[in-house]
Amino acid sequence: MLLAEEKLNPLVPPIPELVIGTIAFGIVFVVFWKKLVPSINKILDERREAIEGGIEQANDAKLEAQQTLDQYKAQLAEARREAARMRSEAEQRGADLIAEMREEGQRQREEIIAAGHAQIEADRKQAAQQLRQDVGTLATELAGKLVGESLEDHARQSRTIDRFLDQLEEKADATAGTSGAAR
Amino acid sequence: MSADQTLAFETNCHIFDGCGFPAPGLHSFVFKPIFTVAGIEFNKAMLLALLGSIAIIWFFWAAFGKAKVVPGKIQMIGEAGYDFIRRGVVYETLGKKEGEKYVPLVVSLFFFIWVMNLWSVIPLAQFPVTSIIAFPAGLALIVYVLWVSLTFKRHGLVGAFKNFTGYDKSLGPVLPLAMTIELFSNLLVRPFTHAVRLFANMFAGHLLIVMFTIASWYLLNGIGIAYASVSFLMTIVMVVFELFIQAVQAYVFVLLTCFYIQGALAEEH
Repeated sequence: MLLAEEKLNPLVPPIPELVIGTIAFGIVFVVFWKKLVPSINKILDERREAIEGGIEQANDAKLEAQQTLDQYKAQLAEARREAARMRSEAEQRGADLIAEMREEGQRQREEIIAAGHAQIEADRKQAAQQLRQDVGTLATELAGKLVGESLEDHARQSRTIDRFLDQLEEKADATAGTSGAAR
Repeated sequence: MSADQTLAFETNCHIFDGCGFPAPGLHSFVFKPIFTVAGIEFNKAMLLALLGSIAIIWFFWAAFGKAKVVPGKIQMIGEAGYDFIRRGVVYETLGKKEGEKYVPLVVSLFFFIWVMNLWSVIPLAQFPVTSIIAFPAGLALIVYVLWVSLTFKRHGLVGAFKNFTGYDKSLGPVLPLAMTIELFSNLLVRPFTHAVRLFANMFAGHLLIVMFTIASWYLLNGIGIAYASVSFLMTIVMVVFELFIQAVQAYVFVLLTCFYIQGALAEEH
């Protein structure tokens, strides 16, 4: 069953082993060549693409996020500016409004005062007029009673009254003039 | 078969029992045929070679047969091995463009040799198929035919001759001598060393493991038990060391394969 020791040479390949060994390797090689390597290479390529795609997507997302952030920042700054502008505008308007109202109040007050003065003047004039008539009538009546006869001559009567009143006015004016001078 | 050629486990021979040490030798690498198919007598080494092939195909089919973009566990392991050879050996030596074509060959070579070596430490098998010269020789021959034909294809008849001989005018008078040596070295010595490097490593490794294993058994008697324990420890150490050597030798074999292909494809200089 065993060859004699002197016949054994480990460097001389036995042919059956050579054939079987080569066939065994041949099978492994063909399976790898035809099936396994193409199969795994395809998957590796797909994976690489998937990863590269993922990275690309991530980059896109990052870029977009950055853009959105910039946009928001710009909007925020714009809003702040707008708010500041509106505030100052409101302040300005408020100040204007107050000034305007103050002016209006001043004007109305003056108007009221002026109207009051005018009314007083008108009343005084009316009163003076009324007084003059009443005084005339009273004086005539009084004079008639004192004289005991009716003063028939109306014309004469009128002249007398007017003369009397003029004298009264002159007297009043003189009094006003002295009092005004005293003041 | 003489008594001292029987493996120690098959006898009950121990030291101090008056029988000699059944040292392993060349006979440890010869097996009786188990069965015969089509005129070929199948022995243990051949069976292990075929079983190894089936194991490789089975594993990688499980890993790559229905490969997914998101890999499972087996696929991940298979990919790690595949990528190690593809990137670490083929791309490194031949480049991505030229090397892609040789990836199936180099990857299958590596795993074939590695598994054939691994049989050395797998229980019940415990025999490195590559320690029989026929197996490395067959693989070396395939590589040899490949790179020689590649050289002719790439450089033509004269170019291939220049490639084989390392033709270099600047050598001057020593050119004929250099060319002779180069031709001899490339065409004759190279395939021989390529096969023998793997064979001898596995041969020696197996011999050492067998030696220490037999010694552990043989010394297991009386005071010899102390020696046996050392021998057994050495067996374990050698098994671990062999695990390393098996991978390294498979790696070296495919690396050299790539270097030879690279040399065949290289432009004249």
